[in-house]
Amino acid sequence: MSENALIIDPEKCVGCQACVKVCPFGALEMQGKLAVVNDNCTFCGACPPSCKFGAITLKRAKKVATIDLDAYKGVWVFGEQIDGVIQGVVHELIGEGRILADKRGVPLTVLVLGHQMDDAANELLEYPVDGVIYVDDPSLKHYASEPYARVVSDLIGQKKPEIFLAGATAIGRSFLARVAVEVHTGLTADCTGLDITDEGLLLQTRPAFGGNIMASILCAKHRPQMATVRHKVMQAAHKTGGRGGKVEKVTPQSTLLRSRTTRLDWLPELSDTVNLVDADIIVSGGRGMQKPENFHLIEKLAKCLGGAVGSSRAAVDAGWMPYSHQVGQTGKTVQPKLYIACGISGAVQHLVGMGSSDTIIAINKDKDAPIFSVATYGIVGDLFEVVPAMIRELGGEA
Amino acid sequence: MNIVVCIKQVPDTTDVRINPETNTLMREGVASIINPFDAYAIEEGVRIRERLGEGTVTVVTMGPPQADAALREAISLGADEAVLLCSRAFAGGDTWSTSLTLSLAMKKLNPDVVLAGKQAIDGDTAQVGPGISCHLDWPQACYVSKIREIGKGKAVVECLMETGKEVLEVELPAVLTVVKEINEPRLPSLKGKMRAKKAVITTWNEQDIEADPQKVGLNGSPTAVNRVFSPPRRGGGEIIQAETASEAAKIVVAKIKELQIA
Repeated sequence: MSENALIIDPEKCVGCQACVKVCPFGALEMQGKLAVVNDNCTFCGACPPSCKFGAITLKRAKKVATIDLDAYKGVWVFGEQIDGVIQGVVHELIGEGRILADKRGVPLTVLVLGHQMDDAANELLEYPVDGVIYVDDPSLKHYASEPYARVVSDLIGQKKPEIFLAGATAIGRSFLARVAVEVHTGLTADCTGLDITDEGLLLQTRPAFGGNIMASILCAKHRPQMATVRHKVMQAAHKTGGRGGKVEKVTPQSTLLRSRTTRLDWLPELSDTVNLVDADIIVSGGRGMQKPENFHLIEKLAKCLGGAVGSSRAAVDAGWMPYSHQVGQTGKTVQPKLYIACGISGAVQHLVGMGSSDTIIAINKDKDAPIFSVATYGIVGDLFEVVPAMIRELGGEA
Repeated sequence: MNIVVCIKQVPDTTDVRINPETNTLMREGVASIINPFDAYAIEEGVRIRERLGEGTVTVVTMGPPQADAALREAISLGADEAVLLCSRAFAGGDTWSTSLTLSLAMKKLNPDVVLAGKQAIDGDTAQVGPGISCHLDWPQACYVSKIREIGKGKAVVECLMETGKEVLEVELPAVLTVVKEINEPRLPSLKGKMRAKKAVITTWNEQDIEADPQKVGLNGSPTAVNRVFSPPRRGGGEIIQAETASEAAKIVVAKIKELQIA
């Protein structure tokens, strides 16, 4: 087989359209009484089981690897740092990376790019990792897409890991796409599940179509298999005293460090309640807050719980809250342990941004509000009474 | 200034529903729209041209013949030219091969700046923008929430990160991907709609952009979809029954404490 093929047997097709309905890519259409496949087909395999008449056969081409796959060994995770501080998602990557490395029987390595970070690099050895590669240069102190991508691509070329994971953060998502192009391999974005087959194939599961479907992605003939991983989904590793590994300090070649972007300034978001993707708890307000001043209630409740402040699009578009707080389709996708929605009706665009939170509490006047269809606990009532009562109950001053 | 905006026609994912009986995706009646983030990129391109008082805005998309509609809509919103990259060879591509295809079109269009939405709402990868940039060996800035200045071979932009904004000077040509905060897109004008109707859309296939058919589309994709399935359905839970707000608050706070979130 040189090419993929989806074959529909016209003798067997009865024109029931079952396959048309299951195709996530709109690749099947009816031509008279027969289903036909169009150019949108990605050979994903969704349709053959849907046909009760056995009319659909999927033939996948056997791709031939142009590289020696066995030359690639070991699992790497990217040790993202901001201002010299290793980010929380890295501990989750170590937790997940350890599981994958153990299944493969290979070492787990953390890759850190930065400057004057010897202590932080050494501290990583106290986690269940087998080693740390620390690339030290003043020009790597702050993230910069070009040098980061070139340095990482260069190391991948030299040391050939079979798997490379990074956090699906602003940084991870921006430069890993460059790494994938440079080393010519696949990259799967924002994974929420990872597993590995006996042959060492990484099964990368991710939500698509706004979380309406899940897709499992493979990178069969290229290495490393690369994925960015959604924050707050994988179990974080803890310090276990380490496994006797070492920090390998690397000085990068100057040719890798050329950058055509210059960092002129950093404008920190003044509120400490804004880092939504890092937060275990998010308290969000919507149109039901009525006016911007009322968001102080949301901030107070968030503070009592040690959480971040979110907002629906309605409240952002009304100018009540900055865009950086917006949760939903055109804002941020979050997956905290607890999401409290106050005065948010729950339009689909909002639900796709927070629907996978572990626990959802909704407070809304309207008992028919769609938010209650996803809420673990719902309170039908006036948020201006319920939220202050919750603050008092938590020992705060409403 | 030669401004190119990359757009994608996407299904309006908010209309995509799961059939509760068969637990499969229902696509019937789902409209196609310009990816919402790309609408901000189109608007920003038009604003740059207006601010500089010169230049052209060319919209480019890779897709089936039907994507013509998205390009015409972009023209109604102020774009000058439109290019459709359309060929069976491009179909089924992942982010690697799609960004290669788009980068080959850029080589032909030779822009000063390429704008795109930060990601598309169907795939949600955010990888094609940086991918185009790398295939061209250009610099990039992602999650741009403001273009402070642009011209004379460089741009100064603000990029939205998790805990603040990074101000970057970027050498041009470059790829900039934008977020919603950057502007408020205008509505199509009547004149724009007329222009869109009459506009000639340029169509390029793999030969036109000198693409190796083995490197684009499904053939050139390192990744493949292995399986698709519906996420576990989430039902509504418990409505807390209480006489007063403070009673409801007491119950729900007890529930929160049970979760034991550190």
